[in-house]
Amino acid sequence: MKRIVADPTKCMACRACELACALAHADTDDFIEAIYEQRAKPRIYIESAGGLAVPLQCRHCEDAPCVRVCPSGALLRLSQNEPVQVDQERCIGCAFCVEVCPFGVIMLRECSAEGNSGGKKAVIKCDLCAARQAKGLQPACVAACPVGALALEEIEQGAKRIRATAARAIVGDMTQTEDQS
Amino acid sequence: MADNNPRSVDPATLEMIDRASEAAVATAWDRLESQEPQCGFGRLGICCRNCTMGPCRIDPFGEGADRGVCGATADTIVARNLLRALLSGAAAHSDHGRDIVHALALAAKGKSEAYRIKGPEKLRGLAREYGIAEKDRSDEEVASDLAQFLLAEFGKQEGVLANLARVPEQQQKNWAALGVTPRGVDRDIVTGMHMTHIGVDNDPEHLILGSVRAALADGWGGSMIATDVSDVLFGEPQPTRSLANLGVLKEDEVNLVVHGHEPTLSEVIVAAASDPELLALAESKGAKGINLAGICCTANEILMRHGIPLAGNFLQQELAIITGVVDAMVVDVQCIMPAIARLQECFHTKIFSTSSKAQFPGMTHIEFHEDEAMETAKKLVRLAIENFANRSPEKVCVPKQKEGLVAGFTTEDIFTFLGGRYRPSYRPLNAGIQTGRVRGLAGVVGCNNARFTHDRYHLEMGKELIRNEVLVVQTGCSAIACAKAGLLAPEAAEKYAGKGLQEICRAVGIPPVLHVGSCVDNSRILTAIVEVVKEGGLGDSMDKVPVAGAAPEWMSEKAISIGMYVVASGIFTVVNPPLPVQGSRQVEELLTKTFEQHFGAAWAFEEDPIKGAHLMSDHIDRKRRELGLPPLMYEVPYAPKGNDDPDG
Repeated sequence: MKRIVADPTKCMACRACELACALAHADTDDFIEAIYEQRAKPRIYIESAGGLAVPLQCRHCEDAPCVRVCPSGALLRLSQNEPVQVDQERCIGCAFCVEVCPFGVIMLRECSAEGNSGGKKAVIKCDLCAARQAKGLQPACVAACPVGALALEEIEQGAKRIRATAARAIVGDMTQTEDQS
Repeated sequence: MADNNPRSVDPATLEMIDRASEAAVATAWDRLESQEPQCGFGRLGICCRNCTMGPCRIDPFGEGADRGVCGATADTIVARNLLRALLSGAAAHSDHGRDIVHALALAAKGKSEAYRIKGPEKLRGLAREYGIAEKDRSDEEVASDLAQFLLAEFGKQEGVLANLARVPEQQQKNWAALGVTPRGVDRDIVTGMHMTHIGVDNDPEHLILGSVRAALADGWGGSMIATDVSDVLFGEPQPTRSLANLGVLKEDEVNLVVHGHEPTLSEVIVAAASDPELLALAESKGAKGINLAGICCTANEILMRHGIPLAGNFLQQELAIITGVVDAMVVDVQCIMPAIARLQECFHTKIFSTSSKAQFPGMTHIEFHEDEAMETAKKLVRLAIENFANRSPEKVCVPKQKEGLVAGFTTEDIFTFLGGRYRPSYRPLNAGIQTGRVRGLAGVVGCNNARFTHDRYHLEMGKELIRNEVLVVQTGCSAIACAKAGLLAPEAAEKYAGKGLQEICRAVGIPPVLHVGSCVDNSRILTAIVEVVKEGGLGDSMDKVPVAGAAPEWMSEKAISIGMYVVASGIFTVVNPPLPVQGSRQVEELLTKTFEQHFGAAWAFEEDPIKGAHLMSDHIDRKRRELGLPPLMYEVPYAPKGNDDPDG
């Protein structure tokens, strides 16, 4: 399963991802209407830590605590390799999932934008933009990032990239060591 | 957002965009794509960079920060940002005005041989208006006093603008009640800047009223002075025929394109381009002549006074160079994309910057000063001629499109023209509206904006208005858009106008869409409405006249200032895109609703040009009802709503 991978060294904290995320989960293409009429909310969060901006959203954990604790079956996974989804109709708003999420990326919100339930509260979280991906589009946050700090990739692919960087760094160190000697 | 909308509706533009792609040259539309997605905070107006405790921004989702570090709310930040943007626009117009007055002062003292007083009637009219002695005095003596008087309007420290005497009483009362009476052009702009500094004005409504005052100082001050003095110095425009679109560029002649805003240099280039010595030089280089054409408002200025053709509007500046036949482009100030400098690497065009206020990396700077205007103009024409031989024939591609037009209507001639030579007055216009032959008037003005299909919004709105019996007046790039589509030709009446408007157009031989000049000439629309009020029968104040305004593709800060002075003068105005104020419900409400109580007119935001035209028609109909005017003489596609319907 592909996940959203963030590079905090690139993130400029512009929060374009937040705006795009909220819009992607509203029933309108109109930005103003999404925010002010539908009260659309983002499912990606920019947290600041150690002088860096860190984009955070659902990790779609293999053994997801949210799915485990959900008493109503609102948090679910259709099959092993699928992202964790929320069925807002089933959500009873107990917020156990909010408590157990190690990343704090599940929030209890009025869900007027999604299948309007008359102001009822239900949890929202990143769904990896399943609807957009079905149309062959990137998740909204990834598409919106102006500096390429977000990517959708298989975690193995990310690991390979990190290995390549690490390898270059090692060789670089060795070369420098040789130069100095 | 650009999505998959076509980039333009103008065939010449589309052809040249393709040409640009073939040549692997980026244009504004390509650069827009690389800017997307654009920042939502900026669009909402809720980002503040006014001090270095920031940048701060307000969370539009209502979860994160609701105040900046200093405590400013979204409402304060939005209002303060709008004020700053508007001040830049007001400053641009007004500084242009100051330059024109400066040229008049030099001409009056005989310090610049390039300028003569070509509008003596207007000169003496203004002198009488301002109480400057003119009897038994030469034009130069009067002009010298007028120039000093007007320069003082810019630096005025006490009292109010002299042009307030032109403003109908009700508008003056509205402004006085809110404390927005314009005092001095520079003063109101500087005070506005002071208000935006950290820890000064933080009240959203008060900030917006500060923007109104600066805008009025522009519309009734800086811009109006620019228009008046241009008419004195360069002559009052007269209706004149010409052509518009890239097809006016000629393959067998030296093409010199002027681009920018101030007529001080372009006027002199017009004279230099017909200099026999330079014409002979052009011929000796194998050219059949010297072809002058313009882009943006400097084009409108020399179109109105000399019939010089329009090469295109704002978004066509790059495309003109991509034709491969522009031997020189001479630019001054405002709306000149720095991007065009790089096109010199691919095309033979040489671009010259000329203003002491505006330099561009990659252009050759030949600074223009009024006292040596003719020498500079001749030098520039010579440089264009000398570059003619450097064209690459394989890169030449000139679109065929060029459309006929009539331009050059002014407050003084526009509606007296309606009255004819023997009964020059606004009576026929007022009567046309009073009898319901014409529904009302609309000013459709403003820019191009790469975010919206080029020219489409101007054309659709213009056509929708005239087919519904609304006489349209235009300035700036909007006028150029409609000129290219043939709406400024008298024949357009038969083709597009409603029956009543057609009758008027046929009777007097005018197009249904009237070109009244450059963007500073929006002041002509104000003075024309004042004349309508004075003529009588359509209300005793500007907000009572069945008139509306629009800027359907605006992008520049000048447009904010124009919109604000037009609305504050009592004219309902529809714009697209919305002002960047939607991050504050309070400010949006103030501009689009509360202003109605303040000024008898408000802003409206509407992207769809047809719906925008309908909002304007609804407003005009409401004014007609309030005046007790009869129903329209003929049936119209967008019929007035019944009396019972609430407006809009």
